[in-house]
Parts: sequence; C-alpha cells; structure tokens
Amino acid sequence: MRGLADIYSTLFRTDLAVQFQYRAAMVIWLIGRIVDTLVFLSVWTAVARSKGGQVGDFSSGDFAAYYIIMMMMGHLTFTWFMFEFEYRVRSGAFSPLLLQPLHPIHRDIATNISYKFLTLAVMLPTVGLMVWIFDPVFDPPIWAIWAAIPVVLLAFLMRFFVEWALALVALWTTRTAAANQLYFAVSLFFSGQMAPLSLLPEWLQTLAAILPFRWMLAFPTELLLGRLTPAEVIWGAVTQVMWLGLSWGILAVVWSRGVRRYSAVGS
Amino acid sequence: MNYLRLLWIFLRIGTMNELAYRANFWVQLVQSLLNLGVALAGLAVIFSHTEELGGWQPAELVALLGVFFLMSGLIGALIQPSMQRFMEDVRLGTLDFTLTKPEDAQVLVSVGEVRIWKFLDVVQGVALIAVALVEIGMRAGLVHAAGFALTLAAGAAIVYSFWLVLATTTFWFIKAENILVIFQAVYSAGKYPVAIYPRWLKLAMTFLVPVAFAVTVPTEALVGRLSSEVLWGALAMAGGMLVGARAFWL
Repeated sequence: MRGLADIYSTLFRTDLAVQFQYRAAMVIWLIGRIVDTLVFLSVWTAVARSKGGQVGDFSSGDFAAYYIIMMMMGHLTFTWFMFEFEYRVRSGAFSPLLLQPLHPIHRDIATNISYKFLTLAVMLPTVGLMVWIFDPVFDPPIWAIWAAIPVVLLAFLMRFFVEWALALVALWTTRTAAANQLYFAVSLFFSGQMAPLSLLPEWLQTLAAILPFRWMLAFPTELLLGRLTPAEVIWGAVTQVMWLGLSWGILAVVWSRGVRRYSAVGS
Repeated sequence: MNYLRLLWIFLRIGTMNELAYRANFWVQLVQSLLNLGVALAGLAVIFSHTEELGGWQPAELVALLGVFFLMSGLIGALIQPSMQRFMEDVRLGTLDFTLTKPEDAQVLVSVGEVRIWKFLDVVQGVALIAVALVEIGMRAGLVHAAGFALTLAAGAAIVYSFWLVLATTTFWFIKAENILVIFQAVYSAGKYPVAIYPRWLKLAMTFLVPVAFAVTVPTEALVGRLSSEVLWGALAMAGGMLVGARAFWL
C-alpha cells in the first residue's frame, strides 16, 4: 500500500508538469462540453418558454440548475480511454506501458485526475458565468450535498472501470470509432444529457435504471438538485457499487486475455 | 475552365485513394446512421413535450437537420480534409512541393484531398430534406428553390473562407489544429435553429463561427421564412468573406 502511494504521488507530479505544457489545448477541449451544455439548456429553455415556463416537473430555472450540475458531473467523471486505446494499439505506444512493472491503469487514473484538477481552473469560472447568465434554481437539502461526495466518487470510479474495460476491445478490433460512437449515442439518452430522465417516456426510464449510464451522471445530478429521497440515494449507491464490482470483474478477465492478443500494429 | 479541370482531376485522385479502403464505407455508414438516429430521437423527445421550438414546426426542424447533414457532409468530404492536409504540410515543410507548382496555390491547397465516404452525409441530408418537404406540403415553388440554392452556396462559401482563414494562420502559429475543435463544437450547435439561443450566443454563431449562415439561413429559404434582407446579407457576407480570405491568403 505504501509503495502504491509513493507511485501515485510521483505520477501526479510528473503528469501535472507534462499537462501544464499544453494549457491552450486543454482549454480548447473543454469547449465542446460547454457548447453541448449551452445547446441542451437553450433547447429546453425554449421548450419551457413555449409551454408557459414549465415542462413536466422542470421550470426553466430547474433546467439551468440541472444542466450546470450535469456539466460539472460530466467533467468530473469523463474519460477518454476509449479513443486513446485505438491509438495505443495502432501505433504500438502500448508496448512500453506493458513493460513497466505497474498495471497501466494506475498511470491512467493519475493522468485523468490531474487533468481534471488542472482544468477546474477553467470549469469553475464557467460555472460561475453560467449561474450568472441563466439564473438557476438551486436549493438542495444539506444532507444531499454531503451524500453527493461519495456518490460522485463512486460515479467516477464506475465510469472509469466500465469505459476502461470497454476500451480494451481495441486489443481485438484495433478500429473502434464506430463502436465508441454507439456507446456515446446510447449514453447521451440514458445518462440524462439529452433530457432529464423524468421527461423521457416510461419504458426508456425503466431501461435507464437497468443500464449503467444513469448512475454515472443523472443520479448524482438529481441528488444535488434535491430531487431524491434518502432511500433512493442508498439504492442508487448500491447500484453504483454493483456496477463497479461487475466492471472490475470483467476488466480482470478481459485484461489477461487481451494482453495476450495484443499485437502492436504499428511496430 | 482550367480550374474546373484541376478540380476534376483532384476529385478523381481522391476517389481512387479512398476506394483502396472500402471497409471505411461501412464504418462511415454506421456512423452516419447513428448520427441520424441520435438527432431524430432527440427531436422526438423534444416534441413529445411541445408543438414548436423557437417558432419552428417539427417538419421544419427535420428540414433544418437535413441541411445540417448536407452541409456537414460537404465540409467533411471537401473542405476539412484539404485544410487539415494543408496545415500538416505547413508544419512538416512539405507545402514547398505545392508552392512550386505552376498553378494558383490557394486552388491547389483547397482541393488537396477528398473523403468520398462523407458524401453519405450529403445523401442522408437530401433524403431528410425531401421527407420534410413532403411533410410540410411542398408549397415551395421555384422562388424558394432558387433562394435555397443561393443561400446554400453562400453558406458553403462562407464556411470555406472561414476555414481557409483559420488554416492560413498556421503560417504563424504552426499548430492550429485545436482551433478546429472549436469549429466542430460550435457547428454541432447548428442542429437547432439559432433563434433558441441567448442573444450573445446567436451573435457568436452568426459572425464568429458562421453556423447560422451555413445551416439556419438556407433552411429558412427552403421553408419560406427568409426575408430578402437576410438573403442579401448572406450573399454580401459570402462575397466579402471570399475576398477577405483571398486577401488574407495573399
């Protein structure tokens, strides 16, 4: 345990230094997330306006709060490994990582966290600006804010493991663009990004409860909006832990088989 | 005439290059259909709660989506690959080969590469537009069609000039690919009419990144909501940007 902590602190330090070199590129990559948020928020605000200010159980102020929190959740939990693995496999960049006496996932965790830590410097002012422009209604109970800390952490971990396990598909197929797009298309609807889940038809909501996407984004967002009861939060956290365990198990199996398949196309 | 011949030759070379990778056709087909499915499902969710969005009827929004796919197909097939190649050439120094050729360098650079599979998006966009027009009732006459053709050409010219100016900045910045990420992000906002966005965003989408001229204005012409001022504005903007981009290039 002591050894792993040392490794992580070194990884964090080097990662922060490396990423700090590419400040401009880092900020530009955030713009996609911010524009997406603005688009969905504008769409639903327009819908609310045409319906006299209320859609289902959402007013325009609720939409603003929902999408601003959703943007933050998206930022805190997202990973890019499904894109990166294709590059790693095709260019052979994966080989040196495999030679190290350390599971590559540790390096990825450290990179992911340090990237998010650095980019918070942009995300927080953006959130402030959006709060000022869109006037969100944000009034959750105190317990919900405390409960959000472990829930967001679980959301991050489960999304990380699910997507890392899926990214390993690249070891077999090499090309993953279409598969990745399918994943993100499904996740757009079932994670609550396209619309708050309560505005979707009944059967889609049922499906959303079964799939993992809701527990990555919509669940922490709804919790922070104060729309969940304590019982629902506990049930949600249990579901998150179940998904985390499941993806961990899949990862362990797929990893040992995948590494044997790995052929370093480019080298 | 000479330029048209050049364009034809480069189109043929590009097509032959791409035909070597036929599996890409299927990948692109899957991706295009996925994009279509996501966009239509999104509209279905929105219109399950309202009858109109920012003053637009469902069928009109389908037409807008059609124009969006049509334009992104054109950009993805013709404009973007050439410009990306051009920027890469600047960075690696291989642009010298282009510059020494006895033709106008801007023309050579602008037709450098073609991705034919992206034309699937164009096909998809045209199909959507056709469906939407039938749904609306096709009261569109010759005037609408002419307005649509004009504004679409103007939109394409504006987007081309915009890309050319951005790509030309690589002469100073060397690495400007990331700026294009901004274009992609803002362009995706064109799936919905600019009328729904807050005023500052509307202005940015009209003048900073010309999404409004590329997608919303042609659709307005198609469904007959276009005022003549906007039509002339789009044409003037297209002319101005073409000249401006040319001047910037020189």
